[in-house]
Amino acid sequence: MDAPSARIDIGHAAKDAGLTALLTFFLLLPLIGFKTVQNIHNELALDTRFPLLFVFVALAAGGRFVYALTVLPWRERRARRTRAPREDAARVRARIERLLAPGAIGFVIVYPMIVLGLAGFGGAVKWVDNFGIQILIYVMLGFGLNIVVGLAGLLDLGYVAFYAVGAYAYALLAKTFGLSFFMLLPLAGCLAAFWGILLGFPVLRLRGDYLAIVTLAFGEIIRLVLINWVDLTNGYAGITGIPRPTFFGIPFNADDDGFAAIFGLEFSPIYRTIFLYYVILALALLTAFVTVRLRRLPIGRAWEALREDEIACRSLGINTTNTKLTAFAMGAMFGGFAGSFFAARQGFISPESFTFLESATILAIVVLGGMGSQVGVAIAAIAMIGGTEILRELDVLKDVFGPDFDPTQYRMLLFGFAMVAIMVWRPRGLIATRAPSLFLKERKSIAGSLVKEGHG
Amino acid sequence: MRADPLLAVEHLTMRFGGLVAVHDLSFTAGRGEITALIGPNGAGKTTVFNCITGFYRATAGRLALAHGAAPWGDLDALTRRGDRSARTADGALFLLERMPDYLVAQHAKVARTFQNIRLFAGMTVLENLLVAQHNPLMAASGYTLLGVLGLANYAAAERAAIDKARHWLDVIGLTARADDPAGELPYGAQRRLEIARAMCTDPVLLCLDEPAAGLNPRESAELNSLIIAIRGEHATSVLLIEHDMSVVMEISDHVIVLDYGVKIADGTPDAIRNDAKVVAAYLGVADEEVAAAEAEVGL
Repeated sequence: MDAPSARIDIGHAAKDAGLTALLTFFLLLPLIGFKTVQNIHNELALDTRFPLLFVFVALAAGGRFVYALTVLPWRERRARRTRAPREDAARVRARIERLLAPGAIGFVIVYPMIVLGLAGFGGAVKWVDNFGIQILIYVMLGFGLNIVVGLAGLLDLGYVAFYAVGAYAYALLAKTFGLSFFMLLPLAGCLAAFWGILLGFPVLRLRGDYLAIVTLAFGEIIRLVLINWVDLTNGYAGITGIPRPTFFGIPFNADDDGFAAIFGLEFSPIYRTIFLYYVILALALLTAFVTVRLRRLPIGRAWEALREDEIACRSLGINTTNTKLTAFAMGAMFGGFAGSFFAARQGFISPESFTFLESATILAIVVLGGMGSQVGVAIAAIAMIGGTEILRELDVLKDVFGPDFDPTQYRMLLFGFAMVAIMVWRPRGLIATRAPSLFLKERKSIAGSLVKEGHG
Repeated sequence: MRADPLLAVEHLTMRFGGLVAVHDLSFTAGRGEITALIGPNGAGKTTVFNCITGFYRATAGRLALAHGAAPWGDLDALTRRGDRSARTADGALFLLERMPDYLVAQHAKVARTFQNIRLFAGMTVLENLLVAQHNPLMAASGYTLLGVLGLANYAAAERAAIDKARHWLDVIGLTARADDPAGELPYGAQRRLEIARAMCTDPVLLCLDEPAAGLNPRESAELNSLIIAIRGEHATSVLLIEHDMSVVMEISDHVIVLDYGVKIADGTPDAIRNDAKVVAAYLGVADEEVAAAEAEVGL
């Protein structure tokens, strides 16, 4: 870099930093500059914290100065470089993506063994339960919603309703009729699919924002019914004592006819947890398998065509009503499976578990993952759910920020940061390309910019 | 009525609120013919298309389409009965104005293209042609249920569908780009692909809405031979809206001219070329002739 351009850079950076300082000052003046305190007369008084304010302003300005001097020129240089080598990178990435799924499946199958080996019988429960099962539930929900949002392009903000239907269906039927988990699982799925179709009918003509609002309302209606239909659902108090799943009839308890006794093992709660882990793993893999299969069948292609252009679909003789309803029903069914598993695992459910925040989390997983991509959804679920669980484990931070610091309180903040970062960095999600459902000679992935997001 | 009518449009009227887009239009399109629908901008041509293909519900009028040896004699009885279609052993008659858009395509076998191309841009060229074969493939996959389980003989049906797609890719010269996304194709190729996609539904009537719009003279000549090939080899009749007179006059057997939603002429290309009303509608006339021409047209 020669001298004149360097001088210009510094001047530019200084101006940038000055602007940042000004912006930070006005932004933080009411937030940090002033503080309300109670004086000795117990009155509210205004205190000033100008030194602290200036520390923040200086930090922001200094940071911006350094950024403008180092990162920006580097990015410019990189942008100026020819784009030719990117093709190779894309091919390498495609190969990694192809190996990712089998590798990941292998890993999740042996995961409980690894954890058992590393953490022992006592410590493993937490890792299998909080990380394994919890993440897999969301992976499954993500896969289910992916059918509706990612493939068919129908924005559904009330997906948690089907999760709730599945959970309450299992809880009520298991408690009332004493049916087993594996019998109720398909039944709960069917019930959720039925509700999916029921939701589908009134929203068939709606698109985009309007569809989103109505699905949001549907989610809230289900939750409010669960709260207020006390005779059936026990309202806010929820349903307790939901029968836990058994190992094909053998209960996981310390009795003589329990799982541990029959298999000659020492009793430990880990067996139930590991069993549940494999159940949800099987369910998630089933969902993924069925979705992959459906994508290659005419119905899956019709979903994607619907996302691309609904009018063209109708001109080709595709019944868009049925196509949308099957998308809602399939998505809802997988949500119902996940719901009944959730109820069986928790043993207790209440409307608290099915708030809008859950819908938003599942939708965020789908959007972050890259709409329509299974691998992307799985990665996003691990990052979002695993990430929030990891925060619980970060006791180290208490040494830094003091004993009152609770990292989990910053969950939503980090969540927001992650969303913004991903959307800036990869606006179409982590896996932004679409894999074609079939090919003549060569499978070429399709750039996300060509693929539509759907509009209703 | 033409000697062997495929489509009979009778007294078609389409109103949008106070606006009469098409007024009392009657014409027939012959089987195995290329019928062109022309007229100045805003004449109501696309509205007629949307009525025929079921995207609009006509305000009034009857749109009858024949398959095979259609029982045309039953037309009035069918209309009174209130059914959508009448089938006999070797033919069928459809009342298009009673059918929703997707059934017009699925059962009456009317395919269409759009003025502003509507391809599935994020899907490959091959996928576009397979989506067009949705209904037969759905049946082959046992309406998905058997297909998911791998029970139905779906693989064979899919191979047949790919073969059909390949045939059309060869016809339109896009075989080499079969695995590229449709949105990446050049404009002329997108137009051809949209026609091929419509043809994959095995239509008896193909409705083309301005297929030559935006094409250069060479592409436009290629389009002519494609349309003639479609008519000749696939027993598909063509109804086309077009502004490019080199296309209209060269390939059509029969031309209908619309102006302000009213038919002003109907005949062979040669007769249309020399029709005073058509020339007036297209080129305008001296002021003193306007009144006379309008009186003749009935405005």
